[in-house]
Amino acid sequence: MSLVTTATSERSKLIQWLLGITVAASIWLFAYSQLIAFADWVIAMLGLTRQTRTGEALHFFFYDSPKVVLLLTGIVFIMGIIQTFFSPERTRAMLSGKREGVGNVLAASLGIVTPFCSCSAVPLFIGFLSAGVPLGVTFSFLISAPMVNEVALVLLFGMFGWKVAALYLGLGLLVAIIAGLVIGKLKMERFLEEWVQKILGGQTAEHNGEQLTWVARFQAGGEHVKEIVGKVWPYILAGIALGAGIHGYVPEDFMASFMGKDVWWAVPAAVLLGVPMYTNAAGIIPIVEALIGKGAALGTVLAFMMAVIALSAPEMIILRKALKPTLIATFAGVVAIGILLVGYVFNWLL
Amino acid sequence: MLIKILGTGCAKCNRLEQLARETVAELGLTATFEHVTEMQEIMAYSVMSTPALVVDEVVKVAGRLPSREEIAGWLRGA
Repeated sequence: MSLVTTATSERSKLIQWLLGITVAASIWLFAYSQLIAFADWVIAMLGLTRQTRTGEALHFFFYDSPKVVLLLTGIVFIMGIIQTFFSPERTRAMLSGKREGVGNVLAASLGIVTPFCSCSAVPLFIGFLSAGVPLGVTFSFLISAPMVNEVALVLLFGMFGWKVAALYLGLGLLVAIIAGLVIGKLKMERFLEEWVQKILGGQTAEHNGEQLTWVARFQAGGEHVKEIVGKVWPYILAGIALGAGIHGYVPEDFMASFMGKDVWWAVPAAVLLGVPMYTNAAGIIPIVEALIGKGAALGTVLAFMMAVIALSAPEMIILRKALKPTLIATFAGVVAIGILLVGYVFNWLL
Repeated sequence: MLIKILGTGCAKCNRLEQLARETVAELGLTATFEHVTEMQEIMAYSVMSTPALVVDEVVKVAGRLPSREEIAGWLRGA
C-alpha cells in the first residue's frame, strides 16, 4: 500500500466518523429533550396515571433509565476520547519532578482523566515512583483515579443535579490531595516491598506514549462506550428499578431515623460498612438516590459511596504486592478519615 | 518468534492473547507464547499499564487492546 492511498483512506474514515458523530449527537439531543414526553406516553399506553403508586413508580423508571443511559453514553464517549490525550506515560512525565503540594493537586486532577483500572494499579504505582514522582503525590493519583470517575459524576448529575455532582468532584479531589499530602509527610518509603525499592534504585527503560490519529481517538471513544456502558447497564437498570420501587412505595422519611442528619454515628457507620463492600459507581448510585429520597442525609450517603468506591478490598490485595501492611493500613486509614470528614462537613453545611 | 503477554489476568489480557494467537495463525507464522502474570517480571519491562504485548523482548503496546491489523503489522515487522 502506498503512502498516498493510506492517507486518503484515513481521510475518508475521518469524514465518516465526523458525519456519524453529527448524526448521533442530533439524535441524542432530540431524545434528551423528549424524556418526559416519552415517560408520559409509556404510562398512558399502559392505561395508568401518575396519581397511582404503580403509575408513579413506572413513570420514574421510564424517565430515569433512558436519561441515565443517554447521559452515560455521551459522557463515556467523550471521556474515551479525552483519555487518549492522557496516557499513563504522559501523566507520569507531567508529574515527575513536581514538588509536593502542587504535585498533589495536579496528580488528583490527572486522576480524573487518565485511564485507570485497578488491575494496573501496581505497574502504575511503580512507574510513577521510578520516574521520581514523590510517594505522596503518587497516592493522590491512586485515590482520585477510582473515586472521581466519569460514571459517578454522570449519575450524580443525572439524579441530583450539578450541585451535588460538583460537590462530589470537589470533595473527592480534596480527599485525594490531603490524603496524599499526609502520606507524603509521614515518610513511608521504607514500607515499600524490597523488590520495589530495588527497581527504584535502578534505571528504567522508557516506553514512550504513541501518537494517535483522530480516527484512532474516535475509535477509542467508541470502544470505551462499548466497554463501560456494556458492563454497567444491567446494574443501572436494576438500581433504577429498585429506586423506582422505593420511590413509589416506601414512606417518606423512612430512612431519616437511622441515616438522618441528627444521628452522629451514622457517618462512621456508613464508612465502616462501605469499606468491605465493593462495587462500581454504577451499582451504588441508584441505591444512593433511593436512600436520599427517603430522608437519609446527603453527607452520610456520600461518605458511604466514597468508601465503597475508593477503598476496595481487591485493590488493597493487588497493592499488597508492592506495599507492606503498615503502608496499606496508613493509606486506608488516612482515606477513611478524609471521607469521614467529608460526610460530617456535608451534613453540617446542607 | 517469542510473544509475551504481560498482564495480571484481567479480561483484556486474555483477549489480547487470543487476538495475538489468531493473528499468528492467520499469518502462518510460528511463535512461542508466554503469558507473564508475575508482577516483578512485568515491571522489568517498565510498562505502566496492562495488558502489554511484547514481541521478541520489545514492548509494542501497553495499556490498551490493539487492533488485529496493528498486531499483524508488528508481527510482520519482527
